[in-house]
Order: sequence, then structure tokens, then C-alpha cells
Amino acid sequence: MAFSHSPTLYRARRRRNHLTMGLAFAATTFGLAWLVLVLGELFWKGFSGLNLAVFTQMTPPPGSAGGLLNPIAGSLIMTFVAVLIGTPLGILAGTYMAEYGRYEKTTMVVRFINDILLSAPSIVIGLFIYEIMVAQMGHFSGWAGAVALAVIVVPVVVRTTEDMLTLVPDTLREAAASIGLPRSLMITKVAYRAARAGMITGVLLAIARISGETAPLLFTALNNQFWSLDMNAPVSSLPVVIFQFALSPFKDWQQLAWTGALIITLAVLALSIIARLLAAQRKTS
Amino acid sequence: MQPSGRRPVVDVALQGGAIAVAQQIDRGKVLERLRLRDTGFRYLTRAAAIAVLIILSGIIVSLVRGSLPALRAFGFSFLYTEVWNPVIEKFGAIAPIYGTIVTSFIAMLIAVPVGLFIALFLTELCPMWLRRPIGIAIELLAGIPSIIYGIWGLFVFAPFLQQYVQPFLIDTLGEIPGIGGLFAGPPYGIGILTAGLILAVMVLPFVTSISRDVFEAVPPVLKEAAYGVGCTTWEVVRYVVLPYARVGVIGGVMLGLGRALGETMAVTFVIGNAHRISGSILAPGTTISATIANEFTEAVGDLYTSSLIALGLILFAITFIVLAIARLLLMRINARVGG
Repeated sequence: MAFSHSPTLYRARRRRNHLTMGLAFAATTFGLAWLVLVLGELFWKGFSGLNLAVFTQMTPPPGSAGGLLNPIAGSLIMTFVAVLIGTPLGILAGTYMAEYGRYEKTTMVVRFINDILLSAPSIVIGLFIYEIMVAQMGHFSGWAGAVALAVIVVPVVVRTTEDMLTLVPDTLREAAASIGLPRSLMITKVAYRAARAGMITGVLLAIARISGETAPLLFTALNNQFWSLDMNAPVSSLPVVIFQFALSPFKDWQQLAWTGALIITLAVLALSIIARLLAAQRKTS
Repeated sequence: MQPSGRRPVVDVALQGGAIAVAQQIDRGKVLERLRLRDTGFRYLTRAAAIAVLIILSGIIVSLVRGSLPALRAFGFSFLYTEVWNPVIEKFGAIAPIYGTIVTSFIAMLIAVPVGLFIALFLTELCPMWLRRPIGIAIELLAGIPSIIYGIWGLFVFAPFLQQYVQPFLIDTLGEIPGIGGLFAGPPYGIGILTAGLILAVMVLPFVTSISRDVFEAVPPVLKEAAYGVGCTTWEVVRYVVLPYARVGVIGGVMLGLGRALGETMAVTFVIGNAHRISGSILAPGTTISATIANEFTEAVGDLYTSSLIALGLILFAITFIVLAIARLLLMRINARVGG
């Protein structure tokens, strides 16, 4: 930029500045508008179909009224099992990376791979579980769906556990070691406690992430029109039912799809708000 | 140090010296147990860390194994054949690959500039008290499950595009020689463009939040120096912030691209699932993930299933490369900020 007193150059720079700042403002409005549009429509359409029957009746055959009880139950169970499998594995792996092998090459590799798994396409995880579970067992099952979800939970928990344990000050560890605490106890009694809020946040985020996942369930848990809690058989889940019902030509089904979508979104929003509050608490305390 | 009754193991170990000599043997036992436990815990955590690697290799191995029949039957021609015919069992991947790349390209074309401008707004213009709420709101976009975007896209966005936007595009841009072909044909509502636009909204928060983070990591001294010599806000961003944050921004963009390439449900709803390559972006198409989601449970015959798994393998390979580049770039910027 040549130095110049030319008023036209000055005016041009001013104009360009105003223009780009206006663009920045417009872009932000644009981004927020999508949020309002999507959520607005969802609340509008979803709430109009929300009533007690949704939580007490099974998914209906085409053309009649019904509820979403079986997919809600199926989703809850599969999410629960997935968290039960994925969380310990993720916490242990994160512990190794932060406490034992923080500067090891293995940790670098695991961290890199974990970050890739974190954003790997979930449909590929569905294919993977189909290959190792469904194809081997010969039938679709709730277990397969839960394991597929667990594979998505693991990287999220690994990441937050490692990050949170890394934030724990070393002085705490040194204090624990100086009174003769063995390392495993130092980790479980001291480091875990200091990092607890953050680690819970990670698990909540993982639950939020899997509660809307559809792709990995399509050909692992499949779907079930009837009430079934048998994890060895196909299990219904909210996202898959939404997918099926939304693409159907029946008005009743489409309405249920909107209501189901609203339930999932409310659950996910609640989880992320709690997670945020927990994280904020950690910062202030 | 108060002896707490809840953890006798620790206390015995700690206060072993104070306990009568007769219990010396016990102390040795306790220490031995602790040592075992320590080693056990160490190996347990190490095994869990290795499990992450096993998951990844498991994915690769099972995909390769599953796609072998198709790769054996079609060889390399699988990659560039357009036919997708379950009846005569002829399959080629080029139409889904094309759809995946074009939808992601449209998404990035919109999400990158918009995301950068939002990041610029959040770091340079926005009043302090508004930064957190707006940042959170944008991140909420990332939290909404993709199936919600799908159902919204199908029932709200696609009809809107069909009625208002696409006829306009056909009448204006469609008339321009050269690029007119891109906007030819009837307005279906669903199609490549619709999928690309929805993907743009879904990728936007990733680009925004990473750009914002790397913008914030620019040392204030550099910006102040630029303001000091009389730069406008735009010039500071253009000549100081962006060059400094370039690597991180590219990393964020690649991360968003990885997401867009692999996104399934939202795209499945609005892409139209047509196995052909059309010159017009208004026409229905398909992507790799949408094809798998739509057809996998209905696929009969080993070759059909295997072809779909081969598609999955291609998708995984593409996203793996993109995400790996993203991570390497972001690691580089982290190393710089940390060191």
C-alpha cells in the first residue's frame, strides 16, 4: 500500500471497509436466520402433534393414529448400552494418553487416529458393524445398533477425557505422589476428581451426538413396528422411525416424524445446555 | 493427614511405620497388591488406547473384505462406470462419487466465505457481551441432528426452492451461455443444489468456530501495530489476521469438508437418489452415503451388497485423506500457539 494523501484513495478504503463490515454483519444474520428458520418450523410442526398418546402408544400402521413409545424406548435402551460400552473404554484410553504416555509416540498416533474417528462418516461405522456383527450373527439386532453407537461415543469421550486430564495441574499429582499414593490411586482419587465436571461434559456431548444418529442404525438395529425390548432382535429407534415416516406418503406418519424430530432436538438441546453449564461451572470454581 | 475409615488400603500403606511390627508382613502384602493394581491399571488404560487403533483398523479391514467381491468382479472400472443396475448386477461408482464431490463443493463454496465473515464479525466487530450468545447460537447449528435438517429440507426448504428460487435461477442464470447448462431443466425442488445448500448450513458452524478460534489466537500486538499505522478493520483482517491464521483456517475448512463428504441423512432426504450424472445442478442425483442409506437394507445378492460396501470404502478413503490433512494442519497451528 503506497502512502498517499489522495482523498479518493482514502474514500475507496473507507468504502471497502464499510462494504466488508456490512458483509460480515450480513453473514452473521444469515447464519442465525437458518437457526431460527429450522428450529421455528420444527417447533411449529412438532408441538402441534405433541400429546400424551405420543408417549403411551406404539407406532401405528399407515392411516391411523398412534404414538412413538416403542422407538423412544428403543432409542433410550440403545443409547444407554452404547454409553455403558463406550464411556469406560474412552475414559481409560484418554487416561493413558494424558497420564501415562503423554509424550509417547503411541499417544500421538492414537490422538491423530481418534481425531479422524471423531469426524468419520457415521454411515461407514454402520457398514463396519454390519460386517462384523449383523453378517456374522445372521440377523439385525439391538446389540449391533448399540455397538455401532458405542463406536461413535468412544472418540468423543477419549478426546474430552484427555483434554480435561491435561488441564489438571501437575502440582496436584506431585502432592499425591509425595504422600506415597500409587499412581493408579493418584489418577482415580485425585486427577479424576479434579477433572470430573469436564469428563461428565464429554459423556453428555457424546449422548447428544448419538441420540440423533440415524445412519449407523439403518442396517444394524433396523426397525421394529412393534413393542420389543429384545436386544437380540431388530429394535426400533426414533431417528430411523423419523426417516421412514417422513418419507412416507401418509399424513399421520409425517406428523409423527415431526413430533419425533422435536423430541430428539429438545433432548439434544437440553443435553448441550447442561454440558455447557457444567463446563462454565468448572471455569468459575 | 487424617486416617479416614473409607480407604483402609491407603491408610495402612501410608502409616505402615506406625503400626506394630507384627503387621509388617501385612504391609508388604498390601504394597504388593498396590503394585499389582498399579501395573494392572496401567496395562488396562494402555489396552484401551490401543483399542482406538484397533477400531480404525477393524473398519478398514472389514470394508476391504466386504468390498472384495465387487472389486474382483469389476476391477478398476468400478471407479469410472456410470451404470448402476441391480437387475443385471452391473455396478459403477462414478455417479455417487460425482454427486458427493459436487454437493460438497457447493457446500464449501457457500460455507467458507460466510463462515469466515461470521468469524470476522465475532472477533473484530461484535460487542463483547454479544460474542458468547452468538457464538453459542452458531454452534447450536452444529448440534442439531442431521435428520432434522433432512426432514426440514424435504418439507420446507425443497418446496420453497422449487417454487421461488429455482424458476428464477432457470430464467436468469439458465440463459447465460456457458454456465447455463448448470441451471437447466425443470425445477424439481430436490436435487444436487438443494443438498449442497443444506450441507452448507451444516458445515457452517465448523468453519466458523475453528476460524474464530484461530483468529483469536492472533497476537493482539500485531493487530494493534496495523491499526496504529492507520489500517482499516478490513485491511487488518486482510493483511494481518488472515495470513497469520491461514493454516488454521485451511484446517477448519478441511474439517468441514470431511463432514460434508460423509454426511448422510440430510442429503438422503433431498438428493432424489438418481444414479446418473446430470449437467444441471438442479437435477436429482445421488451421493455415496445416500446410496448406501437408501439401498443397503434392500440389496439382494452378494454382488449388490458388496458394491455398496465398496462405495463405503471409497467414501472412507476420501474422508480419511481430507480429515488427515485437516488434523495435520491444525496440529501445526497448535504447535505454533503452544510453543
